[in-house]
Amino acid sequence: MNEDRSKKYINPYLGGVLLGLVLLTAFYFSGRGLGASGAIKSAVVASVETVSPTHVETTDFYKNYKESHAGGPLKDWLVWEMLGVLVGGFISGAFAGRLKFKVEHSPKVTSKIRLIFAVIGGIFFGFGSQLGRGCTSGSALSGMAVLSLGGFITMAFIFGTAFALAYFARKLWI
Amino acid sequence: MGPLIVYEYISEYTNLLMAFIIGIGFGFVLERSGFSSSRKLAGMFYGYDTTVLKVFFTAAIVAMLGLLFFSLFGWIDLSLIYINPTFLWSAIVGGAIMGVGFILGGFCPGTAFCALSIGKLDALAFIGGLVIGVVMFTEGFPLVEELFYAENMGTPTINELIGVSRGTFGLILILVALGMFFVGEWAERKFPREEY
Repeated sequence: MNEDRSKKYINPYLGGVLLGLVLLTAFYFSGRGLGASGAIKSAVVASVETVSPTHVETTDFYKNYKESHAGGPLKDWLVWEMLGVLVGGFISGAFAGRLKFKVEHSPKVTSKIRLIFAVIGGIFFGFGSQLGRGCTSGSALSGMAVLSLGGFITMAFIFGTAFALAYFARKLWI
Repeated sequence: MGPLIVYEYISEYTNLLMAFIIGIGFGFVLERSGFSSSRKLAGMFYGYDTTVLKVFFTAAIVAMLGLLFFSLFGWIDLSLIYINPTFLWSAIVGGAIMGVGFILGGFCPGTAFCALSIGKLDALAFIGGLVIGVVMFTEGFPLVEELFYAENMGTPTINELIGVSRGTFGLILILVALGMFFVGEWAERKFPREEY
């Protein structure tokens, strides 16, 4: 990394301390950790209900979800948190001069290839996050902070699998 | 005493406002740490940039120690903090599937939203994929239901499992993290990349 860029990013250990304090604030105020994939699920269930209310009424999964999440996405903690992420990321990017429409990819692949693999990766991550009851934020990071066994297991398998497959995906990144 | 929402010091609406403010902090720190760049995130798996490791473990340790101290000071009741339940098989299989998504897509859900906020279009594509993946799960739920509920272990903590106190485990985790940071710093010197 060249000097110019490294100056624009914060020291990673300091970044980690700040992220830890944000997480601690969430525990102190709301009794829960951070998350991301849960907000998408909330939006998905609300969308499915808009498209086909009868389908939601007749499907056990949606019925159960609605019972445990009364109020819909606008009363969902994670939805508001993720809206905040968009604002916070934008503010940081604006200060650092990083606001730019761009497809980031390795010089070895085209933008099109990068976008195709981004969609495929998203599908895997979306499905896996539901099966694993949370993603890197909700299950791995927040879970580890409360010493949840499941959090450590999920973290180990996310990073372990990615490491194991890194060789085959190298062209996408290096 | 916290958590404030449980003790009803704050209303439900204040809690949602806090979620928004906490989210701003979350997004700001992620972006400022470089998590809005997929090639920086992926650097973790090739050794040229181990920012993910450093930020992730430092954050987990700071929050864990913070909770421990808050509890000792009587500021927070740990028994009221949400602990993620452990369903062994779904944690393993779900984690492995997420790992595939990570190495192919270069983001996780939180970092994708962070990257989208500064205009990364590959993050937008990833989020489109996330929505498809979530719909596949919600629509196909009966097919994976058995796996989803298999081996329900309740809400065990890892220190209980190995029979040490929260503090002792915290110390172990810090030492392990220091070891990994050392390896990370070494890897960045060994596999440097100028431009990415």
